[in-house]
Amino acid sequence: MTSEAELRAWMLASLKGDSAAHRALLTALSDRLRAYFRGKISRLGRSVTESEDLVQEALLAIHTRRHTYDPSQPLMPWVYAIARYKLIDHLRQTRASLADVPIDGADDVLAHDDHGDAESSHDIHKLLDQLPQKMRRAIEAVKLDGLTVAETAKRYGLSESDVKVSVHRGLKAITASIARERNS
Amino acid sequence: MKTEDLIAMLSTNVEQVDHRSLNRKIAAATVIGAVTAIGLVVFALGPRPDLMHAGALAVLLSKLLFAAIILIPATLLLARFARPANGRKTSIALLALPFLAITALGALSLSFSPSSHWSHLVLGDQWLECLLSIPIIAVVPFAIVIWAVRQMAPTDLRTAGALAGLVAGTLSAIGYALHCVDDSVAFVALWYGGTIALCTLGGAMLGPRLLRW
Repeated sequence: MTSEAELRAWMLASLKGDSAAHRALLTALSDRLRAYFRGKISRLGRSVTESEDLVQEALLAIHTRRHTYDPSQPLMPWVYAIARYKLIDHLRQTRASLADVPIDGADDVLAHDDHGDAESSHDIHKLLDQLPQKMRRAIEAVKLDGLTVAETAKRYGLSESDVKVSVHRGLKAITASIARERNS
Repeated sequence: MKTEDLIAMLSTNVEQVDHRSLNRKIAAATVIGAVTAIGLVVFALGPRPDLMHAGALAVLLSKLLFAAIILIPATLLLARFARPANGRKTSIALLALPFLAITALGALSLSFSPSSHWSHLVLGDQWLECLLSIPIIAVVPFAIVIWAVRQMAPTDLRTAGALAGLVAGTLSAIGYALHCVDDSVAFVALWYGGTIALCTLGGAMLGPRLLRW
């Protein structure tokens, strides 16, 4: 398993805009998050899909809120604090007892040997369809088709900062609608 | 949706992120909140008429000093509790020290005064105005500070909300001090300290609802 030092180095590179480091980071974190959520949730008799929903929610939260990571601090406590927050929020909504969530860190939970091919109940295209057109187009172009911000701006006649803001807001809106979906 | 597809999407064209923006935003919200609170007091209530006299100015400065002693650590803690994994709660209790200190000073000042003066020293001329103004004016800086914290990722919403309320109440007290002509330490301890504590309580109650993400 990757070490804290390695994960932290990826995080620092990702904050500087390094896509490869970001991918490596999220991939490594998804394994840990999966182990964390499955460990907590299986004790409550919940499904694998449910824990994969939480993995994806936590990844989205880590992505859209990565500016709240303080580089002078270790990375994993920050990650697990987000995971735990999302778990408690989820259990509160689904009316499970909060007393069932152990407070201890997840370091004792071993990673399962399963990988990122697990599927959640979310459909990215359905989620995108719910967004306002500008956000949807910005995310499709920049995040799915891999166009640069400049190319996207040119294609839709927007400013570059407009595109960046639309992507950011769109991802936040997706995170929010996932939470709503799960609560309904 | 497969998790690896989500990761692929999030890792395409990753934007640079400034991790210092958090502290800057909290600081900016505090400054804007202070300016709004002062502006509201000056326009709605007007500054105290004797503001330019040395005696009144000295009292005003000591009220502002009291507020600053609360405000600075509260803002620093708010910036910490706006992040996940904020750590120990022990430092929170230290925020009560300025309140305890001024209460002790107020009690001390009463003990040196004849008891016939106590009611005026404690109630002043405008205790009701103070009791209402500080919480009402605090609504605006509270909204500004909450708006800033909502862009972060607090995981202890009750504490983060309480700190936002504390900051907002103190900013409001700074504004109100420009107007207030009640200068006894006992008055400041009870009505300033009490209303700021009330704002903190309000923030703690609203935090879980306003700060959820």
